[in-house]
Amino acid sequence: MNIHEYQGKEILRKYGVTVPNGKVAFSPEEAVKVAKELGSNVIVVKAQIHAGGRGKAGGVKIAKNLEEVRTYAKELLGKILVTHQTGPEGKEVKRLYIEEGSDISKEYYLSFVLDRATSRVTLMGSEEGGMDIEEVAEHSPEKIFKEVIDPVTGLLPFQARRMAFNMNIPAKLVNKAAKLMLGLYEAFVDKDASILEINPLVVTGNEEVVALDAKFNFDGNGLYRHKDIVELRDYDEEDPKEIEASKYDLSYISLDGNIGCMVNGAGLAMATMDTISYYGGKPANFLDVGGGATAEKVTEAFKIILSDPNVKGIFVNIFGGIMKCDVIAEGVITAAKEVGLEVPLVVRLEGTNVGLGKELLNASGLNIVAADSMADGAEKIVELVG
Amino acid sequence: MSVYINADTKVIVQGITGETALFHTKQMLEYGTKIVAGVTPGKGGQVIEGVPVFNTVQDAVAVTGANVSVIYVPAPFAADAIMEAVDAELDMTICITEHIPVLDMVKVKRYMEGKKTRLVGPNCPGVISADECKIGIMPGYIHTKGHVGVVSRSGTLTYEAVHQLTQAGIGQSTAVGIGGDPVNGTNFIDVLSEFNKDPETYAVVMIGEIGGTAEEEAAEWIKANMTKPVVGFIGGQTAPPGKRMGHAGAIISGGKGTAKEKIKAMNEAGIEVAPTPSVIGETLIKVIKEKGLYEQCKTH
Repeated sequence: MNIHEYQGKEILRKYGVTVPNGKVAFSPEEAVKVAKELGSNVIVVKAQIHAGGRGKAGGVKIAKNLEEVRTYAKELLGKILVTHQTGPEGKEVKRLYIEEGSDISKEYYLSFVLDRATSRVTLMGSEEGGMDIEEVAEHSPEKIFKEVIDPVTGLLPFQARRMAFNMNIPAKLVNKAAKLMLGLYEAFVDKDASILEINPLVVTGNEEVVALDAKFNFDGNGLYRHKDIVELRDYDEEDPKEIEASKYDLSYISLDGNIGCMVNGAGLAMATMDTISYYGGKPANFLDVGGGATAEKVTEAFKIILSDPNVKGIFVNIFGGIMKCDVIAEGVITAAKEVGLEVPLVVRLEGTNVGLGKELLNASGLNIVAADSMADGAEKIVELVG
Repeated sequence: MSVYINADTKVIVQGITGETALFHTKQMLEYGTKIVAGVTPGKGGQVIEGVPVFNTVQDAVAVTGANVSVIYVPAPFAADAIMEAVDAELDMTICITEHIPVLDMVKVKRYMEGKKTRLVGPNCPGVISADECKIGIMPGYIHTKGHVGVVSRSGTLTYEAVHQLTQAGIGQSTAVGIGGDPVNGTNFIDVLSEFNKDPETYAVVMIGEIGGTAEEEAAEWIKANMTKPVVGFIGGQTAPPGKRMGHAGAIISGGKGTAKEKIKAMNEAGIEVAPTPSVIGETLIKVIKEKGLYEQCKTH
C-alpha cells in the first residue's frame, strides 16, 4: 500500500526525522491559508499523487509570495500529471502539499528496502541524490553504498555513521545524518514498511539534514496490525475494481485486454495470462482468488471481472489444491445467475474435488464451455472472443 | 527413493484444529502419510481423526518421535509456529500459511541461523514423495511414483507440471513447492542439490516466476554442479512491469527480475525452457529422450 508524501512526512516527524514544515491543502484558499501560517519567504507547492517523477512533470512549483501560491494551487489542482510512473493516462491532482522552502546545499539519496538475497532489511545511500537511483546504479554503481541490518540489533549507530561518511556528508553533520537514519529505520520496522525512500535527503545552508521527500510503501500482509496506516489509504489513487477486490482479499490487477481471467494461485494466474497471449488474446486482468476463498468471494471476484466493460469473455482456470473445485463452481454459478452472463465463459477445472465441481457446473444450466487443459481453455476463449 | 520425506517420515500438524488443517489432515491420512500428532495450544489431550493433539511441539515430539511438521496456523501466529518447530529440533517444517508479514520472516530467518531445522515455504503447497508421503495441500491423485524431481515457486504451477508428467506416463520422485514469498526457507539450489544426490531422480523440472534473482542464481549453480538434465518454465512473461516491485526493490538486485533475463540465464546454463506452461511435460520428455533417459523415466 502506498501513501502520499505529506502523510509519510507526518509519520517521520513522530520518529524525530527532520522534515520541512508543511501541511496538506485541498483548495487554493486552503493553500494560501497554510502558506500564511508557514510564514516563509519561499513556499513550495507540491502535487500529491502516488507516483514518482512529479518534479520533472511540472508537479512541483516554487512560490515567492501568497499570490503565486494561489496561482500555482489553481493550476495544479485538477491537472492530470503524466510522469514516468503514472502511465500515459496520468493521474489527476486532488491534494497539494504546501511546504516551506529549504536552502539546499546538496542532495543525497537514502532508502530502506528488503534484500531478498540476505533476507535482511538493507540501507542504501548515495551522494547522487535527486535523480533516479536506477540511473545512478547504471552509470556509477560505485557511488551506491549498502548496510545490511541484523533484525536483532536493528540499524547500529556505527553503520549509520559509516553510511554518512561513505555518502560524503560533511563531517560535522554526520551525527545528525546518522540520527536521521536511525529514526527512519525505526519507522520502517514499526510500521511494517516494504520501501522507505528519501530522495532527496538534503543538507541545508543552516546545517540541517532534512528529508525533503518521503516515499513509503507498506507490506500488505502487515496492515492488519496498523490501523493508523490503513486509514491513510487514498481510494482516489487506486483502480475502483482493485479497491473492490481488496475488500474481499482478492489479488486483482487491471490490464488493458478483453479476456477476463479467474485463476487460483499467482503463478498459475501469470501463466494463464502468458498462455492467453500465446494464442493471440489479451487478458483484461490478473486475478488470484487465493487459497482459502469461499463461494461468496468467488462470486464477488466474478462480478468484478464482469464490471469491466472491456471484458468480452471469461476464462476460469482452476487447479485446486487448498482451493476446492466445488467451491469455485458454486461461486461462478451464483455470480452468473445474479448478474446475468452475456459473454462466453470457458471453465477448466482440475484438482481437489474436481468431480463435484464439474457436476455442479453441468447441472447449472449455464452456457459454459468446458476445457481439458489450460492451453485448451486459452485457445477456446481466444477463439470465442474473436 | 525420494528427497526430504519418505514412507518413514512422522508428521506433526501444527494448527490441526483449524478448518483448512482438518480438511488436509484427512487428505494426508488418506494418502498414507504417517501423521502422528497435532498441535493446538490449549487443546492438548483431544484426539482428532485418530491423531492425538498436544499443547506444544516439544510435547508432541517427546511422545511421538515426529521429525517433520506442517503448519496451517493463521498468518499473525505463523512465524511463532515456525520458530517453535525449529526450537523442537525437527528435521524439517513445512509452512503452508500465506500472507505472513515479511518482517516476521526476516526475524524467523535470523532465529534459524545455526539451527538444524529446514524450513520449506511459507506460502507453499508443501512436499510430496509420490506413493510414500504427502505433506501439504497438493491434490494427491495427480502424482505418480517415478524419477523426475519437481521444484517450483508456485503451488498451482507445480500441480500443472506434475499433472502433465503423470498424463504422459512420467512419474515423479519428489515435488517441492518452495513458495512465492520474498523471504523463504528453502531455495531452488537447496532442492536441486538434493535431487542431484538422489540416485532415483534422473531429471528435474524447475518452475520459476518473475521477481528476485533466485532463478538466475539457480541457473549458475546448475551450470557448475548439476549432473542431471533440468527443464524450466518462468511464469509472468507477459506481466506488466512495476506493478509489484517497487522502485528501490528493483535496484538492490541490480535491475534483474524480468522473465526475459531469467530465461536467458537458464538457457545459458543449458536448461531447456518451455515456451508455455502447457508444454512443460512435453519439453521434459523431449530432453530426456535426447539424453536417453526416457525409457528409464517411463512409468511401467
